[in-house]
Amino acid sequence: MEHRTHPIDGIAAPTLPAPFSEWFATRGWQPRAHQLELLARTQAGRSALLIAPTGAGKTLAGFLPTLTDLADRPKPRPGEARRGVHTLYISPLKALAVDIQRNLNMPVAEMELPVTMETRTGDTPTHKRQRQKHAPPDILLTTPEQLALLIASPDAERFFSHLKFVVFDELHSLVISKRGHLLSLGLARLRRLRPELQTIGLSATVAEPEALRRWLVPQDRPDAMADIVTVSGGAKPHITILETDERVPWAGHSALYAIPKVYEAIKARRTTLLFVNTRSQAELLFRELWRANEDNLPIALHHGSLDVGQRRKVEKAMETNSLRAIVATSTLDLGIDWGDVDLVVHVGAPKGASRLAQRIGRSNHRMDEPSRAILVPANRFEVMECRAALEANYLGAQDTPPLVEGALDVLAQHVLGSACAAPFDADVLYGEVASAAPYAGLDRVTFDRIVEFVATGGYALKSYERYARIRKTKDGLWRIANPRIAQQYRLNVGTIVESPMLNIRMVRPGRGSASRGGPVLGKVEEYFLETLTQGDTFLFSGRVLRFEGIRENECLVSAGGGEDAKVPYYAGGKFPLSTYLASEVRAMLADPERWKTLPPQVAEWLSIQHDKSILPRREDLLVETFPRGNRFYMVLYPFEGRLAHQTLGMLLTRRLERAGAHPLGFVANDYAIAVWGLNDMSAMLKSSKLSLAALMDEDMLGDDLEAWIADSWLLKRTFRNCALISGLVEKRHPGQEKTGRQVTVSADLIYDVLRAHEPDHILMQATWADAAQGLLDVRRLGEMLSRIRGRIVHKALTRISPLAVPIMLEIGKEAVAGDANEALLGEASRLSGEELMQEALEA
Amino acid sequence: MNSLAPATDASTALTVRIAGHEAVCDWRGVLFFPAMGLMVVSDLHLEKGAAFARRGRMLPPYDTAATLKRLEGVLADYDPEMVISLGDSFHDDEGAAEMPTLFREHLVRIIDKRDWHWIAGNHDPAPPPDLPGHCAREIAIDGLTFRHEPARTAGPGEIAGHLHPGARIVRRGRGVRRACFACDGSRLIMPAFGSLTGALNVLDRAFSGLFERERLTAYMLGRQGIYAIAGSMLR
Repeated sequence: MEHRTHPIDGIAAPTLPAPFSEWFATRGWQPRAHQLELLARTQAGRSALLIAPTGAGKTLAGFLPTLTDLADRPKPRPGEARRGVHTLYISPLKALAVDIQRNLNMPVAEMELPVTMETRTGDTPTHKRQRQKHAPPDILLTTPEQLALLIASPDAERFFSHLKFVVFDELHSLVISKRGHLLSLGLARLRRLRPELQTIGLSATVAEPEALRRWLVPQDRPDAMADIVTVSGGAKPHITILETDERVPWAGHSALYAIPKVYEAIKARRTTLLFVNTRSQAELLFRELWRANEDNLPIALHHGSLDVGQRRKVEKAMETNSLRAIVATSTLDLGIDWGDVDLVVHVGAPKGASRLAQRIGRSNHRMDEPSRAILVPANRFEVMECRAALEANYLGAQDTPPLVEGALDVLAQHVLGSACAAPFDADVLYGEVASAAPYAGLDRVTFDRIVEFVATGGYALKSYERYARIRKTKDGLWRIANPRIAQQYRLNVGTIVESPMLNIRMVRPGRGSASRGGPVLGKVEEYFLETLTQGDTFLFSGRVLRFEGIRENECLVSAGGGEDAKVPYYAGGKFPLSTYLASEVRAMLADPERWKTLPPQVAEWLSIQHDKSILPRREDLLVETFPRGNRFYMVLYPFEGRLAHQTLGMLLTRRLERAGAHPLGFVANDYAIAVWGLNDMSAMLKSSKLSLAALMDEDMLGDDLEAWIADSWLLKRTFRNCALISGLVEKRHPGQEKTGRQVTVSADLIYDVLRAHEPDHILMQATWADAAQGLLDVRRLGEMLSRIRGRIVHKALTRISPLAVPIMLEIGKEAVAGDANEALLGEASRLSGEELMQEALEA
Repeated sequence: MNSLAPATDASTALTVRIAGHEAVCDWRGVLFFPAMGLMVVSDLHLEKGAAFARRGRMLPPYDTAATLKRLEGVLADYDPEMVISLGDSFHDDEGAAEMPTLFREHLVRIIDKRDWHWIAGNHDPAPPPDLPGHCAREIAIDGLTFRHEPARTAGPGEIAGHLHPGARIVRRGRGVRRACFACDGSRLIMPAFGSLTGALNVLDRAFSGLFERERLTAYMLGRQGIYAIAGSMLR
């Protein structure tokens, strides 16, 4: 095992108390080098980030500083005041906190250490929480939400008066969300209570460890960073791409062609963990595996929307090694150690090299032996993506998302929480907030606007001064106006707002808002509807539907008649292809030398594309135009992931419409976008009636984006989340839980009123920022538009190109037979990739 | 909500007869008696946002302005000599007293020299202080009685508010729900006019005993017009 350190001067060798060396010795173990180094650094008073693969003894390393310190602690003198918490452990998952406690119990019990340990999560009963406040354990294992509650309580200062360490587990996954923002603010508060506080971050390998190192320490100096201890690799994972004689599909995500081979692999190993990207894929794979399961192997299913009891049963079965295979989604991504998994099968492309590394880490927790993994691409582009991810994993290249600036709704929640704990001085609180990494760039004006927002709503019309929730008193401190405010705050802590599914209800066209009586067709994720405006058509369970509007928690649609579905509906995953992998796939496409590592059928496909059209260079954007049937198509290959493509498709069709191309619809996947219309776009480009450079100009992210967003439901829904997190509307009132529907209605009303009267309100700004970042991937689209400036390569063709086959298949993919009005879509859905490829090959 | 309904050929006002009087139900939710130059509006719920703010929810303070603007519009169209605000004019008791000067001045301008009457409601039982107009529990004019909460024992000619009536019809398997005037020729219940107010189905228990179902008509408020729907059609 390789072990790298970054030496700093004056770090003495660690002191390992006698019980520890004896304990290691009796078990025939030796403390690992990184465990000792982390100990030495913390004993020198430093904060540190430990980056290590699974199985490297990360947990013990993270707790060794705590356990040794507690072992050496003098016994309390008689009459000494009760000690507060010594170490706080924060994990993203409740289950992980419980799991860690179980793992730590063994060494603590065997060494007979005088250490108490307890978990505190949303499941902890009130009486136990009360007791914990009076008699805190030495080590408290908890979640970000519970930390927010603890620091907002008036006795926080006493509770944390002995706090020495905060251990953050799976730090890389904690920091990338709003939860991470809340947590960073909590850490800043802890540091003000205990300036000597040391932090220990535990993380899987990440692209930019510096970001995590900064996150762990106060941002008072620009170069402040925690120390880093890196354990690289262990044995190199043994990863292969599934080899098969079957034809690899052109499109789709199910990878059913590979079932027989996957089943063989399961039979050959002890326990196999199968990862897929979405729930529906998990369900499908599970069903198909059981169809192939002639030997009646115990194969189980585990995903987030399953009933908790059922999930626990599966977890239990994994612990006791009584399963041969588990089909799972991301619920099992994080570092929970269950059972003896000796093979990971990843179905579908992993979408990111880091995600792949994390998932493969599930297999074989003895880190000196290689992990085994098989990648199963579901279609031809995924073959290239898998190959790129595989090379990245070998090379140790990482592509975790960059950290984003702290969200303002989260800040609002924290400001109110601060006032609930004790009166605060705005200057001091600003300093504290700006010491948290995500808020290091926060300007004072914005901070003050947030304080105003918390106090009175922060409206330009200052009519609520009298009703302020927090108020600046004569001593210059902000206080809560009455105890009820604190009570309300405690019931609403947290940043996790569930994204509901909406019923799709059929109504008559044009009367959407009034009609409520039609049949419900099914459920659709809210995030899809967020991008629609009235009149857009989309495919759902095989029918073309016309979007009429959203009424409370229902999506109203009418029959789309003979129209083409304009907007594609995806049941696919929400993970976009990472920027890094996208760039690797483009590189692979451009370089015939690298095709040699690809299966022959894929390499052949690319070389035909080379003959018939063009293969773009790594930084180029290829645009093809061609006629097909009674439509004209434009296909673009940006490789920027579905979110960015969906946004681009919306904007592009707007622009094509203005240019007179009469676009009828578009479809997007992770790799390409296809737009089709009634006018010949090849001819328009040739006669300069249409300019690709103008079409793809960065200015589309200005007015066009704004106009589209203003029309879509997206901001309204994002606003609801911001309103909940920021405390403008309440999730729960004392003694009364609001239903999702009530929340929806009132937040929508507020949004309408704000948009009409104060569109620049701070919460509207927060909403905009959220939407641009998360749901639209505007930043990535912007980067792409700037990358391709002057690098657009256009090829006018007389027929479909080989590279266009997968995206063209997406057009009709979801259509099923059964509706007489669907002649057009039916035609598309019946076409096979082979037939389209034949068309491409015609001379 | 974005406008989802296309223009229709509906009327913007419909005439009703109640206890021998003729009145006009306007699609924007006000009732006008042409012979008397009297306009009736109900359940303005002014300062609803502020009422929430007083309880720690800082909803935007713009609902009052929106309601006043709509009110100003209908007043300009009908130019009534006399106006009756049928109770719950303010969302809570403190509403009128705590109303910001800006809104107060707007409201005073709207009232102008009209013969303005505030009927006490359950949300605002006390008369609004420092505002022009007369206050009353109820007003009787020429066989008509104007009060906030409908009285079960009332004789013919009662005009009330309070219940925020709404109606629902189902046609070809689809339901349509709207705020409405509810009238059976003997009693009329006004829709709520305030910007942040909802509606309650006239078939709800709260309305039981108030109307003769066979004679009930719901004048449903559309986006461009008003629709008279027979009680037997309601669901």
